[in-house]
Amino acid sequence: MTPSRISRTLGPRPAVVLAGASSLALLVTGCGSQGAATTHVAFDWSAFTSSLFTPDHLILAGLFLTVVISVISQAIGVILGVFLALARMAKAAPIRWIASIYIWVFRGTPLLVQLVFFYFGVGAVHLFGWNPINVLGLQIPGAIQAGIFVLGANEGAYMSEIVRAGIISIDPGQMEAAKSLGMTYAQAMRRIVLPQAARVIIPPLGNEFNNMLKTTSLLFVLGIQELYETFVIKQGQNYLPFEMYLACALWFLLLTTIWGFIQARIERQFAKGAPGAPTSGPGLRQRLFGVRPAVEPSLVSGGR
Amino acid sequence: MTVQPHDLLAAIGGVPKPPTEVVIQATDVNKWFGRLHVLRDISMTVKRQEVVVVIGASGSGKTTFIRCVNHLEKIQSGRIFVNGHLIGYREVNGKLVEDKESNIAKQRQEIGMVFQRFNLFPHKTALENIIEAPLLVRKTPPAEATDMGKALLTRVGLAAKADVYPAQLSGGQQQRVAIARALAMKPALMLFDEPTSALDPEMIGEVLEVMKELAREGMTMIVVTHEMGFAREVADRVLMMDEGQIIEEGTPEHFFTNPQNERTKSFLSKIL
Repeated sequence: MTPSRISRTLGPRPAVVLAGASSLALLVTGCGSQGAATTHVAFDWSAFTSSLFTPDHLILAGLFLTVVISVISQAIGVILGVFLALARMAKAAPIRWIASIYIWVFRGTPLLVQLVFFYFGVGAVHLFGWNPINVLGLQIPGAIQAGIFVLGANEGAYMSEIVRAGIISIDPGQMEAAKSLGMTYAQAMRRIVLPQAARVIIPPLGNEFNNMLKTTSLLFVLGIQELYETFVIKQGQNYLPFEMYLACALWFLLLTTIWGFIQARIERQFAKGAPGAPTSGPGLRQRLFGVRPAVEPSLVSGGR
Repeated sequence: MTVQPHDLLAAIGGVPKPPTEVVIQATDVNKWFGRLHVLRDISMTVKRQEVVVVIGASGSGKTTFIRCVNHLEKIQSGRIFVNGHLIGYREVNGKLVEDKESNIAKQRQEIGMVFQRFNLFPHKTALENIIEAPLLVRKTPPAEATDMGKALLTRVGLAAKADVYPAQLSGGQQQRVAIARALAMKPALMLFDEPTSALDPEMIGEVLEVMKELAREGMTMIVVTHEMGFAREVADRVLMMDEGQIIEEGTPEHFFTNPQNERTKSFLSKIL
């Protein structure tokens, strides 16, 4: 038997596994092999743990900013997505075209480019100044406005496809029944079709928000001190990039994990009364790791 | 037909009285699906409190026709009047121009429709299904709408199911809720599009009973169905459609004893 065949049957090569394990052990014990040539070869546990368990006000502020910007941008994205989806199904062709072009542009260009274009580019030619505005006594800097605007606008393009798929999945008979009762298209959409489409929309929407939480890290290009930029600054001050970026990653992991719990709850809530809906959504284990639980026999047997 | 104030329509405050004796007047209605000519010069009238049963093979245009009556389908020529109002269109220099959406919605309030596949709103309970349109469209006060909804549910024998979602109801029960839902808008006429075709045989009876009750109480109805027993019992007239045309018209007795058209005879021999 050739070595390659052995490795195929055994999965990862033992040598690789060994190397990985030993480097991890080195890391944990703090015995770097490079010796005393550099100042910080050892893992700085105290800087690492304190940035996780006793975060200073900078980290908390960054965390707050990341969550707030994510929530607002996602909300804008959902609302925009609903209107774009409806526009793409409109009777009037020009409305469909405008929506299609919008989606084409925002999905077809990098978010990073959109961010710098709308903040620096548009700002430079004085099309829009991005001046600070006052919302309920809170000063909102232009960069944050631009960040929320672009994230929301970008998300709207993606949400529109999700919303459209949700609307299309609803039996046309629902719209007809609503219309036959004297409802207008708008009334039927709002009261009958969209609430049902929401069940279809919510799982992918949850994934979009998971993405949004992480994507806010791109806002560093606008100089916004969200979670990622905060740790960029920190590692620049304490020269601990390994510890700081690892802590940063764990903070994001915490955010997306908490969101995973919330998402599961929301999905269960929306499944109530749905025909043939399971009593629970995918479990957390499945959500995080993609592990499918064994199918319960009670769910398989159909009939009333 | 004698009209007695009875349970079903009492629940919505008696028989709605349209202003004219003729409720539906259709003249020379033509409709194409692309190049397929599905309705050919359909003309018919339905008078107040009349029950008209439309029969015919699938693809004969009977369902399409009643869907045109509340403008769920467009027509390319001809006129359909309900209570004297041109349905779905305005006439501009003799040509049909589709009416404003709000006007069409208003016209549909007068026309109840029951679908083959029930089309209940799955995210709403039986009672919510019934009161949704009265609340949203007619702006009925919630307490009043709820009382009417419960009364209607009682009349169709489902008082105990008010807070149950459609998925937990049998087909027959769903269709009875759907009838109650249509009645809650106090329509002047009811359209039934093969209301029992999607039902298991043992559930057909309970739905037909509700429809017979409605007919006896004086509701104006067009019923697309293959239930000749129902036609015999309550229909004033039967229309036989074939290839988009009305090929024979008469009393149920005429169809049972003395059908003229060959295609009618062959169709009846298959379903009776």
